[in-house]
Amino acid sequence: MWPAFAAPGLIWLVLLFLVPFYAILSVAMGTLDPIFGAAVPEWNPLKWDASSFAEVMNSTTLQVFGRTCAYVAIAGTLSLLIGYPVAYFISRHGGRFRTMLLVLLIAPFWISYLMRMLAWVNLLQDDGYVNRALMFLQILDRPKSWLAGESLTVVLGLVYGYIPFLILPLYAALDRIDRRLLEAARDLGANPLKTFLRVTLPLSRQGMLAGSVIILLPMFGDYYTPDLLSGSPGNTMTGNQIAFYLQAPSGANRGAALVIFLSAAVSVLMIYYLITVARAAREAR
Amino acid sequence: MSRRPGAGRTAAPRRPAEWLANPWGRPRFLALFSWLYIVWSIVPVLIAIQFSFNAGRSRSTWQGFSFRWYTSDPDLSVLHNPALRAAMSQSVKLALLTMLIATPLGVGLAIGLARWRGRTSTAGNLLMLFPLVTPELVLGSALFLVVVFLYTSIHLGTWAQLFGHVTFSISYVVIVVRGRLFAVGKEYEEAAMDLGASPREALRLVLLPMLAPAIFASLMIVFAISIDDFVISSFLAGGAESQTVPMLIYSSARAAPNPSLNAVATLMLLLSMAAIVLGIVMHRRLAGGGKEGAVESFARLEI
Repeated sequence: MWPAFAAPGLIWLVLLFLVPFYAILSVAMGTLDPIFGAAVPEWNPLKWDASSFAEVMNSTTLQVFGRTCAYVAIAGTLSLLIGYPVAYFISRHGGRFRTMLLVLLIAPFWISYLMRMLAWVNLLQDDGYVNRALMFLQILDRPKSWLAGESLTVVLGLVYGYIPFLILPLYAALDRIDRRLLEAARDLGANPLKTFLRVTLPLSRQGMLAGSVIILLPMFGDYYTPDLLSGSPGNTMTGNQIAFYLQAPSGANRGAALVIFLSAAVSVLMIYYLITVARAAREAR
Repeated sequence: MSRRPGAGRTAAPRRPAEWLANPWGRPRFLALFSWLYIVWSIVPVLIAIQFSFNAGRSRSTWQGFSFRWYTSDPDLSVLHNPALRAAMSQSVKLALLTMLIATPLGVGLAIGLARWRGRTSTAGNLLMLFPLVTPELVLGSALFLVVVFLYTSIHLGTWAQLFGHVTFSISYVVIVVRGRLFAVGKEYEEAAMDLGASPREALRLVLLPMLAPAIFASLMIVFAISIDDFVISSFLAGGAESQTVPMLIYSSARAAPNPSLNAVATLMLLLSMAAIVLGIVMHRRLAGGGKEGAVESFARLEI
């Protein structure tokens, strides 16, 4: 009886998740129709042709990928540096405000990512509040155009956009740390700093890794943040390239090849995330 | 000054340095930092909402309060601009349909996977987890290619968008329902079967009612996720009629738009919030209180 319950969902996932992945492989290993110039997928694995990979792996692609990695690394580190103290504070010292703080923390989940970016596009206009505040504080004497090709804007945008997805798992992990361990450390003579460094931090490592992976994966595929926060092609990420290739029928092979390349690059992260979730589910069972 | 543990609470710190370094005092720096983060996180959105009520056309200079962009402006307000209304109705339509399709599929999958023992179930479990770990760009590209090259009878457009939304939503339903399933455990069903119910009756009369809060919560979560989705909707869109609100925001944000964009975004936000509040209220009522609030139990759902 039980397999019958799971069957509709599984069939759906096979048809609309597994098969599309096979479609990516087929298109990437396919050919170009000589008459219309449109991509033709090759469904038979024996006839797969990997020349699209060679076409797409040029110096521009690698440069963009390098830039993507840099953006993601910086944004990820910043997110962790900002998010950890917040998660720590709410889990350990939340007190009466804990539920309200959690609500405020969870709120960004229900606010569309694009609305949050739109909010920043408004603030970063030449006559927006950011420029006005900076000029008021005399840090700037002329409005700076933050939205015209500034890497800083894109990185901070990534941080703003994804940090809530880091803080919540981190909060959950920190919350799970048994308070008695901390009391024991204090009883043994450690001051708060030492307790943090030698007890809390190591115990939260799993949460930090999990939270980081949760945001690194979507960041690698992000293309809308650079598009919204910077008009310049000097800030594009690999996602932009994929979207660009896939817009035209002739670019589908290269777009698909780039998707595979990106997936391979982040596969380590994906497998790690998969194992953690599966393990957590099994432990909960 | 000696730093004996426990000495700080009763003796008031005297010098500023001691006040800052008091190990048993409240963590003022951390508190300040956290509240600053919360402000940084929420205030930009509040400002965007504020500007949706701007009397002028600017999105960055306040020119007075007005409902112009919602109702009164004859061409550009949400009420009178057909493009904005179409985007809103497309978003809501997709979200409602996704919610109604993904939730039964997900609940069935969660129950089936939890009770089914065997190799295929482990594979099924892995398959269910994959959409959660896949970057949306990859999933969007995959669906786009499969619709264009293989499932060509599904044209790009609303149906394709619906299929895409359901595909990534199923896994969220499974995670939510599964949490509740494990909390409930098998005892009640077994008790029901001991009292003479068939497995099917035990499921229908015992388990499903106990799962009701999780089912309702997942309805709301799927609704909210689907309404805010951008990548999948964008990749599977077929024309102007399949434009959703996030797509609208994306295409207009950098052009020279007016606050009607803020107004649309605010309306969508209110809708999402209403769904979530409804989810929390119903969760509390269906689950009958319990030790922790819905907010805290949600905060622990992920991993």
